[in-house]
Amino acid sequence: MWRDALLVAGKDLRIEARSKVALGQVVPFALVVVLLFGLALGPAVGRGSVLSQAAPGLFWVAVLLAAVLAVQRSFAIEALDGASDGLRLSGLDPAGIFVGKAAAVAGQLLALEVVLAGAVALLYDRHLAGGLLLAASCVAATAGLVAVGTIYGVVSSGARQRETLLPLLFFPMVAPILLAATKSWDAALAGTPGRGIAWLDVLAVFAVAYLAMGTVAFGPLLEDA
Amino acid sequence: MVPAVRLRDAVSLAGRFPLLAGVTLDVAEGEVVHLRGPNGAGKSSLLRLCAGLAAITSGTAVVLGHDLRADRQSLRREVGLLGHASFLYDDLSVERNVVFAVRAAHADVAGVDDALDRLGLVGRLRTTLVGSLSAGQRRRTALAVVVARAARLWLLDEPHAGLDGEGRTLVDDLVRDASRRGTTVLLASHELDRAAGLADRTVTVVGGRVVDGEQPVGRPGPGTSGVVGARPGGLDTADADEVGCDVA
Repeated sequence: MWRDALLVAGKDLRIEARSKVALGQVVPFALVVVLLFGLALGPAVGRGSVLSQAAPGLFWVAVLLAAVLAVQRSFAIEALDGASDGLRLSGLDPAGIFVGKAAAVAGQLLALEVVLAGAVALLYDRHLAGGLLLAASCVAATAGLVAVGTIYGVVSSGARQRETLLPLLFFPMVAPILLAATKSWDAALAGTPGRGIAWLDVLAVFAVAYLAMGTVAFGPLLEDA
Repeated sequence: MVPAVRLRDAVSLAGRFPLLAGVTLDVAEGEVVHLRGPNGAGKSSLLRLCAGLAAITSGTAVVLGHDLRADRQSLRREVGLLGHASFLYDDLSVERNVVFAVRAAHADVAGVDDALDRLGLVGRLRTTLVGSLSAGQRRRTALAVVVARAARLWLLDEPHAGLDGEGRTLVDDLVRDASRRGTTVLLASHELDRAAGLADRTVTVVGGRVVDGEQPVGRPGPGTSGVVGARPGGLDTADADEVGCDVA
């Protein structure tokens, strides 16, 4: 499985490096979302401002929106010229395909989160305290997001309404991630990381559960797509 | 000797739509079989069934020793399918596409160079993105994948389509070479003379069934008043009931 996962992740990242869709569209989109929140709720003056208080939640909403685009892109490349049939025909282990595609999207999202965190600090006037908890929350939340996204990405990839179906399936399922990641970041930024550990645990359990589900369910879902 | 392909009353459905309505066919190992028939007759579906892409709903299908009712996954590494779609990634180069397909099949990448040379994909063409290729060059790249994977069963759907004269001759040579090496080839083509010249025998598919060569027991043949061939160009959902499938 791991060999196949590496092969698929390498292929997806190579395609991304060539096409630069994440760099040219997903990152600018997420930055625009952060900027629009700033315009709607700003100005950010001091830690008591609405924007500053809501910064963790706004950060994760922007990540969620970008995650949908990244997952859609991940499956769009498989829809071109029968490539999804090619993927099935390849004989790759379906669990390996799941892990590989999820890992490739996770790599892109983690890079995006670094950029977005900088934008939030700058535009929302928040000092990024509690770096360890922030980073751990990003890793756990991203693992959960890509696991859910990859499962529902393959479900929606076979549908004619795939562009609208994926967000409809994805957002309700990742609501717990939005809640837990926001709480965890809130605790870290407030300088009380102890309060965030329980939320980090929630993120970790969610991620492990969906990663396990994906490795088992991805094969049958790919066959039906 | 166990045939490379053994189908008995094989039915395949897409939802309620019957793709294959009870195919019975034996293909010996190393044999080259030409599938002919009108558009929508089920030739491509038959190839997809043999590739493990289309599911079998009833009947039996054993391909390269794999029972397709039980396991289609393990068959897939052993077949090479040239379909209407190229199964290639536009944003990868010709060489990267072929290497990916070969590694995915756990085959030896040492054969990639030779396959690309054989298909005339040399020089700068190897590093060109597939999205920049002409239709004929894409077809050659897809063929290079089939050759480089060293598959035991080649399933070629209109392999001459979109190729120039040299390319068409090249396809003929590749099929002959593969056959000499013991590879089994199923070839669907409307170029009857050309394909018949390559094949050991020709099989006609009409209405989702094989109607000559391997005539299913108790089913009427072509030219009779039976249902076979009664709907030129394909099947409809009523056929799902006709073939006795549970399509609930």
